[in-house]
Amino acid sequence: MTAPTLHMIRNHHFWLSPERVLFWEEEKTLIVADLHFGKTGHFRKSGIAIPQSVYQQDLQRLFHQISFFKPENVIIVGDFFHSLQNKEMDFFLKWRNDLRTLPFMLIQGNHDILKKDWYSNASIDLVDQHLSNSFLFIHDEADFNGPDELFVFAGHLHPGCIVRGTGKQSLRFPCFYFTEKKCILPAFSHFSGLALIEPKKTDHVFAIVNQSIMKLK
Amino acid sequence: MKLTDTPGYKVIKTWLSSKGYNPFAFQEETWSHIIDGKSGLVNAPTGCGKTFSVFLGALIRYINQYPDDFQSAKKNGLQLLWVTPLRALAKDIGRSMEEVFQETGIPWKVGIRNGDTDTAERQRQKRNTPEVLIITPESLHLLLAQKGYPELFKPLQIIAIDEWHELLGGKRGVLVELAISRLAALSALQQQPLSIWGISATIGNLEEARDVLLSPLKKTGIIIRAKVDKQIEIKSIIPDEIEKYPWAGHLGIKLAEKIIPIIEESNTTLIFINTRGMTETWYQTILSIAPQLAGAIALHHGSIEQELREWVEDALHTQKLKAVVCTASLDLGVDFRPVDTVIQVGSPKGVARFLQRAGRSGHRPGEMSRIYFLPTHSLELVEAAALKAATKSGTVESREPVLLAYDVLLQYLCTLAISEGFRADEVLQEIKSTYCFADIQDQEWQDTLLHITQGGFALQQYDEYRKVEIINGVYRITSRRIAMRHRMHIGTIVSDAMLKVKLMNGKFIGVIEEWFISRLEPGNVFTLAGRNLELIGIKEMTVTVKPSTSKKSIVPSWMGGRMPLSANLGLMLRKTFDRALHTNSGEPELLALAPLFQLQESLSHIPKENELLIEHIETKDGFHLFVYPFEGRLVHEAMAALLAWRMSRLIPITFSFVMNDYGFELLSDQPIPLDDSNAKELFSTDNLLNDITQSVNSIEMAKRKFRDIAVIGGLVFQGYPGEQKKARHLQSSASLLFKVFSDYEPNNLLLRQAYQEVFDQQMEEIRLRNALDRIVNGEITIQFPKQLTPFCFPIKVDSMRENMSSEQLEDRVRRMQQQLL
Repeated sequence: MTAPTLHMIRNHHFWLSPERVLFWEEEKTLIVADLHFGKTGHFRKSGIAIPQSVYQQDLQRLFHQISFFKPENVIIVGDFFHSLQNKEMDFFLKWRNDLRTLPFMLIQGNHDILKKDWYSNASIDLVDQHLSNSFLFIHDEADFNGPDELFVFAGHLHPGCIVRGTGKQSLRFPCFYFTEKKCILPAFSHFSGLALIEPKKTDHVFAIVNQSIMKLK
Repeated sequence: MKLTDTPGYKVIKTWLSSKGYNPFAFQEETWSHIIDGKSGLVNAPTGCGKTFSVFLGALIRYINQYPDDFQSAKKNGLQLLWVTPLRALAKDIGRSMEEVFQETGIPWKVGIRNGDTDTAERQRQKRNTPEVLIITPESLHLLLAQKGYPELFKPLQIIAIDEWHELLGGKRGVLVELAISRLAALSALQQQPLSIWGISATIGNLEEARDVLLSPLKKTGIIIRAKVDKQIEIKSIIPDEIEKYPWAGHLGIKLAEKIIPIIEESNTTLIFINTRGMTETWYQTILSIAPQLAGAIALHHGSIEQELREWVEDALHTQKLKAVVCTASLDLGVDFRPVDTVIQVGSPKGVARFLQRAGRSGHRPGEMSRIYFLPTHSLELVEAAALKAATKSGTVESREPVLLAYDVLLQYLCTLAISEGFRADEVLQEIKSTYCFADIQDQEWQDTLLHITQGGFALQQYDEYRKVEIINGVYRITSRRIAMRHRMHIGTIVSDAMLKVKLMNGKFIGVIEEWFISRLEPGNVFTLAGRNLELIGIKEMTVTVKPSTSKKSIVPSWMGGRMPLSANLGLMLRKTFDRALHTNSGEPELLALAPLFQLQESLSHIPKENELLIEHIETKDGFHLFVYPFEGRLVHEAMAALLAWRMSRLIPITFSFVMNDYGFELLSDQPIPLDDSNAKELFSTDNLLNDITQSVNSIEMAKRKFRDIAVIGGLVFQGYPGEQKKARHLQSSASLLFKVFSDYEPNNLLLRQAYQEVFDQQMEEIRLRNALDRIVNGEITIQFPKQLTPFCFPIKVDSMRENMSSEQLEDRVRRMQQQLL
């Protein structure tokens, strides 16, 4: 992994990691979106043989990011877990136990459909949204109808961008997508697709190209 | 046993005479082999009694068994399984079989089994099995997914595979091979002899076609050739003015007026169009220039509602129609007697296809088949000349059987696991008896079993993978939901995800590919089944539309039908170009094209048969390299990738490429390093496999191949009616799966198959190798034209097509043509 890239929002320092997380320096908070834990298990349970190492490595990557940034809080802007309970989530619980003291806050996403006590059991604080300074954390930015002065952090979209080369070549990458008033995080899970964004001139797009962050505009 | 002495023969012969027919020699030959319990392949064109060759043989055999009471009803059970590639064929074949039963007093029943058969009829067939079952390969596998299927097939005597040449080259052929391997093993178990008869049109590899089919019987069979001499008349429709800068996609329609007199002078005309999208355009165009034909012309393609298709077929039989605009949907099947003329619009891509289509006209003995070739751009006229030459010399393509299709194997094993379960060693013997899997390695077989039982890499105690379980040594699927989902999956071999198109009142119009409709917005107007429709919305698997009066509409361009030019026709084309400048050849097509050839020769060059032409051209878009191997789009794609990769090792350079059936273009923003000093090296076959694997494009191609493989292999779940909501958390795109497997399980069986298919089919590795050999051993001529040439123009236009609407394109092409002339 190359060094994280700094992006300032309203005089706060945000570090963009190519492992698809965002670190908020002032609040020592790690922000992550769309981890979809348990997705491989859900597929496998239905007879679709997705290699489980995707999940294993997703977990390991998250652990590394926590060791690297040493956050005091983790905010997940939705879709922490993919679907109904399955054994893969026990693997997560085991791992969660080792980090018992680190608070996890989950903004409930459309995929987070587990029972309420499952989250409390896993020491995950389940909320609809979260406001800190003038920053609002929600899952789907389309649901935002709050006051205009807020800056929104959201997931849900799984943003991706096209990088065009000469002679009609093009490649797709996951990206961090910043507009004047919001930031859409890339999906953390490597078992997730991309929704192509159409950025405006004033927007900032940071593509995740292999192990590094590339600012496109 | 001498055929003519048997009671069965006498009954059938008498019946034929009563209708005024006499059996053909090849029919009698087939019958005599059938009553001896032999197997084989009948090679006969459509419309000369090929159905009767096998079907009446089965009847003769039955009558011989019961010479005294063949007319009294018995509980025979299934006697004859008739496998056909097209649903549409089933009804007509069934009808003619029933006619025979009625008139000979044989109390047999015919059942039809395919995707359109309703549940009540299926139940009836189960209670009271008909003697003849007409079935598609997919439905045959669905029967194998039913508990107790061995009982159903117990009395089976003959399996007939109709239109085997159509199935052979694809994965549906593998379905047939696997089903035969199972049924052959069942019959061996009961010591009940089973005969297998294929019926095929002429292809280049008839012997191989027979061997593939009979492989599980471990017997050799006979090939019976119908000696029916067919006269074919080929005429080209030559435009009044030859465009010196041709481009695909607009000329055809401009020639529409020329076919009106042909339609009017003919009894009934079939107009074959290569893509479903263009059929809609042609239908509308003919109606607008010849309104007098309204009501006497119809449209027929695979996306049209079945009822309408059947109506068109009936109307063809009864001579109610003057013309039908159709696609490959009418390539096969029973003959429509009134048809006396065929028009082929655009390249038929192969000699066999062209002959098959020609043969759809004038098939009564002694009649002549008449086919007109209508070019969609002027260069295609060369193809007409090449086709004529090929017809004369009788060069017909082969259909290569698919080998080691693991996706189909996975599907098949799950099918068996649903019904009766299977034992690994037993089923392996059966599978190895097929042509497709004869060379399966032990490791691959183990991988296949592991895939369905353990699902690749897993985190042992955290895994709940569940598909096939081994219970007392028998592989079974016990989950009802997984079984149900698998049944829905059988039969997805053919297509992309198709959505139903309905009016608001629920009236069904047809089906359409998901990828097309997903690009439209509500309010957009598109054309389907000859009607302009406004998109209202898409919900689950249904597209709701309302009729529109809008003049402008988008015609869907279907992915299907984009066949590459065959190697055969490519060779004929190169030979034809060789003759191009000899005006004394007397060929009207080449004569008409003389101005184009002269321009090409003055700007650049016309390649000889053994010569590869390369053109370096610089325009404001960059540096172009045009190469003309005439090997078909797929080989060109691979060759372009190969060339690009090899040149990128000489200097850092990136390319984009475009290809058509004649050649390809590499475009770069810097000069392209290909000249006389390195040309032969760049086309060399040394390190071919390695270089091809390295070229980025093989990943892209494998990704595309993986789409089908993932669906057939059961990784992509397409959803089914009423289940969409529950299934949503199980959906993922094949391209995502491709990425995940490439990163996390690169050794995955299906992933490996995707690359293998790229080499074998997509790039046609053998053909690519042959083409490169030919190029290296021939001459390479490099030219530096000052401007675009007639040869490169159609490729150049294709490269602009993607990003432009058709009107924009038309305008731009016109401007380009004016600048060049």
